[in-house]
Amino acid sequence: MTALRPSVIDAPRVALTKRPWSLYLSIGLLAFLAVAAVAPNLLAPYGPTAIDYDSALQPPSFLHLFGTDESGRDLYSRVIHGTSQSLLIGIGAAFVSLVLAVILGALAALSVKPVAILVDRSVEILFAFPALLLALLLIAITGPSAWTQVFAVGLGTAPGYARMVRGQILAAKNSGYVEAATALGHSRGRILHEHILPNALRPLVAVFALSIGQSIVWASGLSFLGLGVAPPSPEWGALLDAGRAYVTQASWLLLFPGLVIVALALSATSIGRHLQFYLEKGRRT
Amino acid sequence: MTPTSPSSTPRAIALQVLHKLGTALSVLIGAVTVAFFAQTALPGNRATAILNIRAGQAVQRTPEELAQINQQYGLERPLVVQYLDYLVGALRGDFGHSYQQYRPVAEIIGEQLGATVVLALTAIVIAWILMVVWVTLTAGRGPRVGAIGSLVDVTAAALPAYWLGIILLLVFALGLRLFPVIGGTGPAGLVLPALTLAIPLAGFLAQATRTEFERALDQPFVISARMRGQGDLGVRLGHVLRHAILPAITLTGWALGATLSGAVVVESIFSRPGIGQVLVTAVNSQDLPIVVGIVVLISAFYVLANLLVDIAYTIVDPRLKGAAS
Repeated sequence: MTALRPSVIDAPRVALTKRPWSLYLSIGLLAFLAVAAVAPNLLAPYGPTAIDYDSALQPPSFLHLFGTDESGRDLYSRVIHGTSQSLLIGIGAAFVSLVLAVILGALAALSVKPVAILVDRSVEILFAFPALLLALLLIAITGPSAWTQVFAVGLGTAPGYARMVRGQILAAKNSGYVEAATALGHSRGRILHEHILPNALRPLVAVFALSIGQSIVWASGLSFLGLGVAPPSPEWGALLDAGRAYVTQASWLLLFPGLVIVALALSATSIGRHLQFYLEKGRRT
Repeated sequence: MTPTSPSSTPRAIALQVLHKLGTALSVLIGAVTVAFFAQTALPGNRATAILNIRAGQAVQRTPEELAQINQQYGLERPLVVQYLDYLVGALRGDFGHSYQQYRPVAEIIGEQLGATVVLALTAIVIAWILMVVWVTLTAGRGPRVGAIGSLVDVTAAALPAYWLGIILLLVFALGLRLFPVIGGTGPAGLVLPALTLAIPLAGFLAQATRTEFERALDQPFVISARMRGQGDLGVRLGHVLRHAILPAITLTGWALGATLSGAVVVESIFSRPGIGQVLVTAVNSQDLPIVVGIVVLISAFYVLANLLVDIAYTIVDPRLKGAAS
C-alpha cells in the first residue's frame, strides 16, 4: 500500500516537467496577446474598421489570415484590435471575483461566530445560483454594458472562490504551525499576518491565472448572447455574435474568434496549473 | 467506525437527513430572498420603472398610471409584507406576473421548462457514457496514454459551449448534413445540443474519475480480483469503476445547475425552444419577474439534486456514516 503511494503523488510532476512545451506555448501566446492589447497596430495589417466592400466575406488567405466579414473588414485585424477589451474585461472580472472571494471567505473563516455563520450561509446561497444566472440577474437589473459584464462575471464566479478561500484559511488556522505560534505567545494579529494569510492566500496566485481564462470565456459568452458588449465592437464575443448571421456562408467568422478564446482559456489553465504545482513544491521542501 | 457506534443507527441517520433537509430549505429561502430584493433593486420608483420597461422608453408617468401599477403589483404595501407574500407564493410555485407579457411567470416558464429539462438530462446521460468509456479505455495504461487521456479531459472541459455548439453545427449540420440546422424538439434535433452540453461536462467528470480510477487500480481488491483470474476489462468495469465514479456522482449533482444554465446558451445557438430563449429575451427587456423566476427555479433544481446525492451517500456509503458534517 505505502510502496504504491509515491507513484501516485509523483505522477503529475513527471507529466508537468516532461512537457514544458505546453507552458512555453502558453506563455508565447499570452505574450503575443499582451503585445496585441498594448500595441495592436504592430500586429494588425489593417485597421479594425477599414471597410472594403470589394473583398467582403473572403475566406482565409495570405492577404486576410482569418478571412473578411460582410463589410470586407479583415477579421484577423479585428481580433487583434479586440484583444485589449477582451483581456481587460476578463482580468477585471477575475479581480472583482477574487476580491469579493477573499473578503467573504475571510469573514466566513475569521470573524466572530454569528457573523461567520451569516456570511457562510450567504455564500452558500449565492453558490446555489449557477455563475451564468447570477451574471444574467445583475445584467437584467442594470442593463448590458462592458462594466456590467465585468461585475456580472466577477459576482457570478465569486461564490465558488469564496468557499475555497474559507477552506484555505480554516486549514491554515487549524495547522500545526499556527498552534506552535500560539504556544509561543505570538499575538493574534501577528499570527494572522505572518502565518494564516500568507499560507491561505498563496494558492490564489494560481487561481487568479485560472480565473482570468474562465472569466474571458464567460464574458465572451455574455457578448455572444447579445448581453454584453455590442457587435460593432471587435471584442471577441461580440465578433462571434456578429458572425452568427453568416453561419452558412462564412464559417471563418465564427471559427477564428472562438479558437482564440479557447486557446487563451487553455493557456491560462496551463499556466495556472504550473504555478499551482510550483507553489506547492516550494511549500513541501 | 464500527457498526455498533451510535452514529450509524437508523435514528442518527434520520437526524442527519433531517439536518440536511433543513439546510437545503434554508438555502432555498435564501435564494428566494435574493430574488425578491433583486426585483426591488431597479433604480428609481418601481412603478415608473415597470411602466418604462413595458414601453421600452423612459417618460414621465401620470399618477393615475402609477396608481394602477401600484395596485396590480401591490407596491404600496410595506416591503416586509411584499416580501412575505412573494416568499409564500414562490414556495407554492407562484412567481408573480411578467412586466411585459401580462401573464403569470409560472405559466410562461411551465410552457418552456420541459424542453430544457429533457435537453439537460439527455446531456448528462451522454456525458456519463462518454466519460465512462473514455476513462475505462485510457486510465492506468502507462504514462503516454494517460497523458493523452488527461489532455483530452482538460481540453474538453475548457471548451465553451457557445463555440463547441457552433463547431458541431458547422461540421455535422452544415457540412455533413446529418442533423437539422434548426433544432426543433424532435429526437434528431436533440443530438447536437445535447452533445454540446455533454462534451465539456464529460471532460469535467473525467478529470475527477481518472484520479480515483488510477488510485483504485492499486487497491488490494483489484489485485485479488486479478489473482482470481478475472480479465482486465472485467476488473475495470466490475471493481475499479464502481469505486472511481463516486466523486463523479457528487459532481453531477453540482453540475446540474451549470448544465441547466448552459442550456440557455445552447438553446440560443440551435434556436431551440426552452427557458433559455425566454431568459435571454427577458434579460434584454429587463422583465425581472421572469428572470428571477427562472434563476430561482434552476437553483431549486440544484439544491434538490445535491440534497438527493447527499442523502443517497448517507444511506449508501458506510464509510460516511457518522462522519457528521
